[in-house]
Amino acid sequence: MEIVFYGAAVVAVISTVMVITRLNAIHALLYLIVSLLSVALVFYSLGAPFIAALEVIIYAGAIMVLFIFVIMMLNLGPQTVLQESQWLQPGTWVGPAILAFVLLAELFYVLAAGVTMPGGEPVLGQPQDVGLALFGPYLLGVELAAMLLLAGMVGAYHLGRREGIGADSAQYQESARQRVRQMEYGVEGGEWDVGSSMQRVGSRE
Amino acid sequence: MAGIPVEHGLFLAGILFGLGLIGVLVRRNVIFMLLSIEVMLNAAGLAFIVAGAQWGQVDGQVMFVFILAVAAAEVAVGLAMVLQLYSRFKTLDSDAASQLRG
Repeated sequence: MEIVFYGAAVVAVISTVMVITRLNAIHALLYLIVSLLSVALVFYSLGAPFIAALEVIIYAGAIMVLFIFVIMMLNLGPQTVLQESQWLQPGTWVGPAILAFVLLAELFYVLAAGVTMPGGEPVLGQPQDVGLALFGPYLLGVELAAMLLLAGMVGAYHLGRREGIGADSAQYQESARQRVRQMEYGVEGGEWDVGSSMQRVGSRE
Repeated sequence: MAGIPVEHGLFLAGILFGLGLIGVLVRRNVIFMLLSIEVMLNAAGLAFIVAGAQWGQVDGQVMFVFILAVAAAEVAVGLAMVLQLYSRFKTLDSDAASQLRG
């Protein structure tokens, strides 16, 4: 298990150095994904397989997809086609690919050597252990995390609105007013319908 | 954990945290600053996992789950602010937003 830890540590340090020295954001993202994967392998070698899976799914999956969305949103335009063809050059992806292959070799080593969890001692990081601790003594922390995520969602929605650009904003407010007016009419009509149908039901009885 | 001294794990966490800190201090592109903050949060989580493995408790892993939630919230708000910065200043340079005029 030591060789897995040290190999993954070397890959993590190299890829993190590449993250902070790249000029292109997408290149840095590729290296950051490799860095997160190698840290996940470090977690696995330390006896925390559940956390390793969370790292891959949430960090390398969800959060990196958010970054890619924003970077792709920022440079819309005719130069994106040029950039796309530039990104498909081997020089872009060969570095992350080599580092990822090192990680893959370590994964195969772990699987082939039949190394179960380190030393055969009782495994610590089973999901049920983490879950029991999370919803036992740390229940207050879970609820605080829920409030934090709600605040983050509201804040991201508020900051992400497009407004304050002169005529666009006035136009937007006018269309919003129209929408509200339509909704009010719709609600009134609905009430009228409900009332008449109730009258109908009453007369039938 | 068996065979891996705790100092080496903490050393790796320190190196990664230092690299993230250097990234935040050196780069002026807000996207790269956010990426470096991610690296730093990840290194802090790694330190928690190493300590939890050393003491044989799951508390370190629970703390990592909380760090994950904090990182998700931070990324959502941070990227929304990146979009706002770009739509107002047409640049990703963080020095462009140094005026504080409201």
